[in-house]
Amino acid sequence: MKETPLSNCERRFLLRAIEEKKRLDGRQTYDYRNIRISFGTDYGCCIVELGKTRVLGQVSCELVAPKLNRATEGILFFNLELSQMAAPAFEPGRQSDLLVKLNRLLERCLRNSKCIDTESLCVVAGEKVWQIRVDLHLLNHDGNIIDAASIAAIVALCHFRRPDVSVQGDEVTLYTPEERDPVPLSIHHMPICVSFAFFQQGTYLLVDPNEREERVMDGLLVIAMNKHREICTIQSSGGIMLLKDQVLRCSKIAGVKVAEITELIQKALENDQKVRKEGGKFGFAESIANQRITAFKMEKATIDTSDVEEKAEEIIAEAEPPSEVVSKPVLWTPGTAQIGEGVENSWGDLEDSEKEDDDEGGSDEAIILDSVKMDTGIEVSDIGSQDAPIILSDSEEEEMIILEPDKNPKKIRTQTTSVKQEKAPNKKPVKRRKKKRAAN
Amino acid sequence: MAGLELLSDQGYRVDGRRAGELRKIQARMGVFAQADGSAYIEQGNTKALAVVYGPHEIRGSRARALPDRALVNCQYSSATFSTGERKRRPHGDRKSCEMGLQLRQTFEAAILTQLHPRSQIDIYVQVLQADGGTYAACVNAATLAVLDAGIPMRDFVCACSAGFVDGTALADLSHVEEAAGGPQLALALLPASGQIALLEMDARLHEDHLERVLEAAAQAARDVHTLLDLVVRQHVREASILLGD
Repeated sequence: MKETPLSNCERRFLLRAIEEKKRLDGRQTYDYRNIRISFGTDYGCCIVELGKTRVLGQVSCELVAPKLNRATEGILFFNLELSQMAAPAFEPGRQSDLLVKLNRLLERCLRNSKCIDTESLCVVAGEKVWQIRVDLHLLNHDGNIIDAASIAAIVALCHFRRPDVSVQGDEVTLYTPEERDPVPLSIHHMPICVSFAFFQQGTYLLVDPNEREERVMDGLLVIAMNKHREICTIQSSGGIMLLKDQVLRCSKIAGVKVAEITELIQKALENDQKVRKEGGKFGFAESIANQRITAFKMEKATIDTSDVEEKAEEIIAEAEPPSEVVSKPVLWTPGTAQIGEGVENSWGDLEDSEKEDDDEGGSDEAIILDSVKMDTGIEVSDIGSQDAPIILSDSEEEEMIILEPDKNPKKIRTQTTSVKQEKAPNKKPVKRRKKKRAAN
Repeated sequence: MAGLELLSDQGYRVDGRRAGELRKIQARMGVFAQADGSAYIEQGNTKALAVVYGPHEIRGSRARALPDRALVNCQYSSATFSTGERKRRPHGDRKSCEMGLQLRQTFEAAILTQLHPRSQIDIYVQVLQADGGTYAACVNAATLAVLDAGIPMRDFVCACSAGFVDGTALADLSHVEEAAGGPQLALALLPASGQIALLEMDARLHEDHLERVLEAAAQAARDVHTLLDLVVRQHVREASILLGD
């Protein structure tokens, strides 16, 4: 499926909000979304949720022959797949650009930075080494795939246990997990990617863009760091022009963020370790809470209600009082009533006669009032006319009736547009009636 | 390659250069008559060819045409004989795709695409010998080729690589220095405004050193600009002599 294009008004809305330093989900410019890490029953399997973006990571290992020019080092293989369930636009064969970019970035971040000690993966030099394969699957796309994927990869690698191996002379013994406990990989450091989205030619900057923000951004800068403040990878993409001090500022922000995320990861790993040791239940099934709606749920947003009273008083004081009520409702039958005489249609009647019958006006009301339940609380304000029957004329500015059930009518200014909107839904039935009369 | 000294005590690198010194750059424009623009560049032992076709009508699906700008299409290919060991796949592998994407990103930002709506500009780059700094050589060659084709650009796009060894920032890395595993930074710059069109860095570098390495790369890119500027002026002078002005 082709990606749904973003409408211009949505784009403008997002950009205006960003200019005013507001994000749609209420975050600050440098805030990350909530990160949730859950582990599966096997070692090396984890799901990372960054807001609604979900990535599944799985590590597996195999004994293979090493590469010819690196006979004493193990092999690391990374693969990120954009599953079709992640977004309707992801189809096999349509994703190549994005896929290549993400995969290369992950490879450079995790392999070139030497976060895993590959020499320790060697079993018999030149003959047998461990090949560690990290498979990442994107399950849900809500922006910022690269951050979620890098966290999933490093968490899965930290969680993974490989089978124990012992070498005696020429004999290599591979122990099953029942014979000897599997051994964790030796990881030097944890590189984590932090994404910065740029808007309006680099004037505004956001951390952790979600899917809507990614659609309107000019470009992305990804900085991968570890908690020792070493930069593992920098990649700018999307054709933005950066300045040197922007890059330096981003690297400082990234340092802070990475420290927080690393702490979270450590805690999650420790928790899982504890649960397994104590014999408690672990796995994906346990981490999904029962009695909880997992999709189509909005998180509660906190609203500041401390100054509501002052604001309400201000609004009331500034608002002008409503104009006097003119006509009382007339009850025809239970469920059908009439207030006033209504105003003439203004749509598409330029060729037809300008004056309409009172019948038309009357039928207009009946339609309006049927849809609006009769309520004596409805007040109608009318400018200009008093008790005399309302003169039906083309001019819309003089008489307006705004029917808003259960609400005090607001002061009427030249609100022609609102009347037209009220009239619009009634157009069709009225027109049909007119045509019937013409046919008859 | 343990024990290979990338920076000696006297401040000399493996090939005898100083820390901030570039390799010898030689370039030629207009090497192919068939293409709209072409260029050849040698940076030390790294040799790259770039060819530009365009702006012309969009090939393939008309649906890809952008109503307000030109589409820039870049392809990177590295010859099988370009590296020490013969490569089996010259194009289609992930690294070539990534290079193509990065070149496209760089030139989309630099070329004035608004002047040619609904058309396509093709940039093809071929690396004949890779001795470090291939991305930089590709960008420099492509800049000259685009200028040769007469396509308007905001500014030259000059690129250079930089590294960090023993507390000093090195400019314009060769293959030996890249393979040693230290941090490498590739930077594409528009020299007049100092804006960075592309920034790419690999391997671990402490945050405190980032500024120095960025500055070294930026200075090297500006030096490359001086050289490319001379090449372009020389080419124009020769062309005008031949035309009999």
